[in-house]
Amino acid sequence: MGGPWLQFIAAGVTAGAIYALVALGFSIVYNASHAINFAQGEFVMIGGMSAVSLVATGLPLWLAVPLALLATGVVGAAVHKLAIEPAQRSGRADVVTLIIITIGVSLFLRGAAQVAWDKRIHALPAFSGSDPIAIGGATIVPQSLWVLGGAALAVLALSWFFNRTLFGKAMRATAHNPLAARLMGIHTRSVMFVSFALAAMLGALGGVLVAPITFTSYDIGVMLGLKGFAAAMLGGLGSFGGAVVGGLLLGLLESLGAGFVSSAYKDAIAFVVILAVLFFLPGGLFGARGSDRV
Amino acid sequence: MRAAAIVSEPGVVTGWRRLATPRGGGLMLLAVVLAVLPALLPNAFFFDVAILVALNAIVCVGLNLLIGYAGQISLGHAGFYALGAYGSAVLAAQHGWPAWLSMPVAVVAVGLLALLVGRPTLRLKGHYLAMATLGLGVIVSIVLTNEDAITGGPDGMAVPPLVLFGRAVQGEAVWYGIVAAALWLTVWLALNLIASPVGRALRALHGSEVAAGTAGIDSARYKLQVFVISAVIAAAAGALTAHYAGFVTPAKASFLHSVEFVIMVVFGGMASVWGAVIGAAALTLLPQFLTVFEDYETMVFGAVLIATMIFFPRGIVPTLARILGGDRR
Repeated sequence: MGGPWLQFIAAGVTAGAIYALVALGFSIVYNASHAINFAQGEFVMIGGMSAVSLVATGLPLWLAVPLALLATGVVGAAVHKLAIEPAQRSGRADVVTLIIITIGVSLFLRGAAQVAWDKRIHALPAFSGSDPIAIGGATIVPQSLWVLGGAALAVLALSWFFNRTLFGKAMRATAHNPLAARLMGIHTRSVMFVSFALAAMLGALGGVLVAPITFTSYDIGVMLGLKGFAAAMLGGLGSFGGAVVGGLLLGLLESLGAGFVSSAYKDAIAFVVILAVLFFLPGGLFGARGSDRV
Repeated sequence: MRAAAIVSEPGVVTGWRRLATPRGGGLMLLAVVLAVLPALLPNAFFFDVAILVALNAIVCVGLNLLIGYAGQISLGHAGFYALGAYGSAVLAAQHGWPAWLSMPVAVVAVGLLALLVGRPTLRLKGHYLAMATLGLGVIVSIVLTNEDAITGGPDGMAVPPLVLFGRAVQGEAVWYGIVAAALWLTVWLALNLIASPVGRALRALHGSEVAAGTAGIDSARYKLQVFVISAVIAAAAGALTAHYAGFVTPAKASFLHSVEFVIMVVFGGMASVWGAVIGAAALTLLPQFLTVFEDYETMVFGAVLIATMIFFPRGIVPTLARILGGDRR
């Protein structure tokens, strides 16, 4: 019995780690601006695609990956500067308006990717070979370990950033109460700026890590964005731990649902469970407590 | 842009003098525009686009009741739209029902479904409601794609034509008439609903649910009512689309299609029936014009959307109305 279980769990945790990274992006942006950034999935795509391009120019992987993250971070910051900030400055943009703007951004980025790159599917070389490793009764590709390790490292780095650095604390303060934060001398505009860049880089990290396994193309952002959003909501929007748990849970649900129930209905199973959770816990698993956000 | 002057603020005038109010005037104007339009359409292609505009406008007027007036977002209305389309298509194609019967039955069934799922869903607020409705839409889309024995799967299914008085309804001109009438009726219904106590209750709970509750408004009931109404309207438009096009695919239920409807509503202007109509028209026509950009089409569309929402954060119609009406707020 252990074999298939382990196999599905390994696959689920790998996918879940990516969802968690995307969900963290959603939560960070939400905490800074109370907006849902529907362009979050496009950051995943841009990360993966630009890494592929950089590798194609002959750069080594260890250089291409950080450059891809950086490039996506710049895109994220630009999105804030050019699309979100002008809308918020007018002071009349409510939540739904901001959502539509981020949808516009996501269309723009997807369209731009289609022009800058192409509509084909690209693969990034695996970071350390592709000989499967047998663990227990399951076999996994080495890239899965990179995904898990990379995601874990990102989560650790983030929790250090939010708990130990002045700017991280300023971001948490802004999430709790923007007005009070501003009165305490926190430059909330730059908090928002950094939040978008950070969210973009987290998405890009997910995109780069998963590109050798699932490949990448200009349109992968839609589904990944949707899953990341679902994971963030499952865990509780704005909750740091919730995003991680929500992502892993979503990955596991999908994988186990596909393995034991029906692979055609794996997404439906995941959404049914999310709906059930929300009906009983309307604030997600870890949401709406207020005291432990970010 | 006369329509811009005719937004929101339903009057309290009664009797025949209603025709002189913005509401009555707007309905007359809409009737005139819908009646004159066919004379200006040069060929079947333009008729087809006009029909598409009207069908989208019907969905958006309904959705706007939920988003703009009740303040409840839905990212899953394409699900109801597609269920209306498939419901009628399956009854007509596989059970031999006449389309004039299968359409209303499918629409009523979707209404019952909305009633069933709406109760737990509408207890959620804000982004969680968005998530739940999104989930409902995605589930519908997956079921329609996978149950290929009934729905034809990802390739879709053929839909028998609508037969009225022994003759199949065919040709863009006739369909234009039907859809135009349906649009006018939907707008009339929406305007009346908004001016009724239900509409006032909805706006009250949009302003503050707590305050509305304190004033004795059963917000859960009103939210559910308008959710069901908007779902029924979407399903009706879906059923009409299916029999007009003669074909239906699961793409009709996709998340992106739901998002398209919401974009139309917000683009035109929330809490404005005319905004929903204008938004649906603008965003149905825009891609037709953008085809000249070829590969850049998606990019330009995104840019237009961003720019419009930055400069018209309340949507086109309310913002223009405010400019024309001399900033009242």
